[in-house]
Amino acid sequence: MSGIVAALTHLWNMPYTPLVVWALVKCVVILFAMLTVVSYLIYAERKVAGHMQARTGPNRVGPLGLFQPLADVGKLFFKEEFIPDGANKVVFHVAPILAVVPAIVTFSVIPFGAQSAMVATDVNVGLLVFFALSSLGVYSITLAGWSSNNKYALLGGLRSSAQMISYELAMGLSTLGVLLLAGSLSLVQIVRAQEHMWFVVPQLLGFLIFMTTAFAETNRAPFDLPEAESELVAGFHTEYSSMKFGMFFLGEFANVISICSIAIVLFLGGWNGPWLPESLKFLWFFAKLGILLFFFIWVRWTFPRFRYDQLMHLGWKIMLPLAIANIVATALWVYWRMQS
Amino acid sequence: MTTFLFLAFAALLTGCSLMVVLQRNPVTSALWLVLGFCSLAGIYLLLQAEFLAMVQVIVYAGAIMVLFLFVIMYLNLKHDIEDGLHHHARRIVGWTLGALLVIEGVMLMRRGWALGPTALESPNGVWGNTAAIGRVLFSRYLFPFEVLSILLLVAMVGAILVSRGTRPEGSGR
Repeated sequence: MSGIVAALTHLWNMPYTPLVVWALVKCVVILFAMLTVVSYLIYAERKVAGHMQARTGPNRVGPLGLFQPLADVGKLFFKEEFIPDGANKVVFHVAPILAVVPAIVTFSVIPFGAQSAMVATDVNVGLLVFFALSSLGVYSITLAGWSSNNKYALLGGLRSSAQMISYELAMGLSTLGVLLLAGSLSLVQIVRAQEHMWFVVPQLLGFLIFMTTAFAETNRAPFDLPEAESELVAGFHTEYSSMKFGMFFLGEFANVISICSIAIVLFLGGWNGPWLPESLKFLWFFAKLGILLFFFIWVRWTFPRFRYDQLMHLGWKIMLPLAIANIVATALWVYWRMQS
Repeated sequence: MTTFLFLAFAALLTGCSLMVVLQRNPVTSALWLVLGFCSLAGIYLLLQAEFLAMVQVIVYAGAIMVLFLFVIMYLNLKHDIEDGLHHHARRIVGWTLGALLVIEGVMLMRRGWALGPTALESPNGVWGNTAAIGRVLFSRYLFPFEVLSILLLVAMVGAILVSRGTRPEGSGR
């Protein structure tokens, strides 16, 4: 007994341990908070969609249908799981996991508030971590499409890999203007650089490009070609059922939240805002997040889907040159300011 | 802790590299390669080269391998095409290259090399890693950097020319 206590004391006194334990606590809190937010984002989407189409949306389970997400998750867990005959079993199982994990890991670098307790980790290449994780997110859809052994799923997977690579490029370039102004890749430093002026003002073009590419990166309407139901049944997740389908759903919405958070950090001043004391600044972050998420839902139920050639045309011939022009203009401006 | 992590990443990298070669299915091979790239990024992180680690994941694992996978899936290759002479030639080349690599490894081991300079040359000081790389790239290595960009431009123009092919006259685009 005393041996165990001694070993635990020794472990606790090692230099890394408090750091690791503290980081783990933050990760667990973020994980559960995000799962809750995701399930209620799905509820919000159904409710908003309903009202936009003059319906009421879910209203049966609990007051105002507020327990609908719980009922949905319970239903998904108890449904029968079906694996197609010719499917590549291992890849078929791995793909939904890959949809969820990178989306949730992104939250580990997002600064929600000014205090260190609101930032899980402040790495000095925070923005690159986000891009690395979002570039790994392509695999889930591509592999899901390929492993299902279904022609519609394969077409959806191929479309998504082409679409996400094309738009990732424009998205990466659109953030370079912000980096030039902030002079750092650390997300905390970028937010601190916006204390006096949000970067959306000098980088309006960059913000517009970022938001447009964000819709394409998260496969949401008007860029939801990988699951275009009028042509591809359900696209890459045609063959998925039960909680595996639920995980794609979860991953998509977690991606929406993470990309909105990055947009807020880069362009909308992060936790910066008037009135509130320093310790409550994180409320600003969540207020902005709420508005952006509503914007995402609003766009989905407003615009029709693009055609595939229109999508590629927009990405390569409009977004990419605009993003490069934005970088050149910003660089010239920064250079001119340094000279004078 | 660092040693343990290094051993874990190194073992993962070795295992993944072996699986890349031993797999018959090209898609599975490509996936193991992706995992290998990620563990290599982990080793970079342990060497405090965080910029390199992230770029490794973004460029190799996130972009290049997705394109590889795209092509493999597009051609719908199920497994290697194995046919007589071609297969033999490949086997001979493979064994020769493998033998060369083993000889090289033995020679390196006999020289008793160490893990490079033990003290880091540019510790996380004033600029941090990323800024330091930028400064070196745009001063000392500016010429090779620019030559490389021209090379990529040439490759891009070539790819566009090849993929455009010849279209019949007056077919619009």
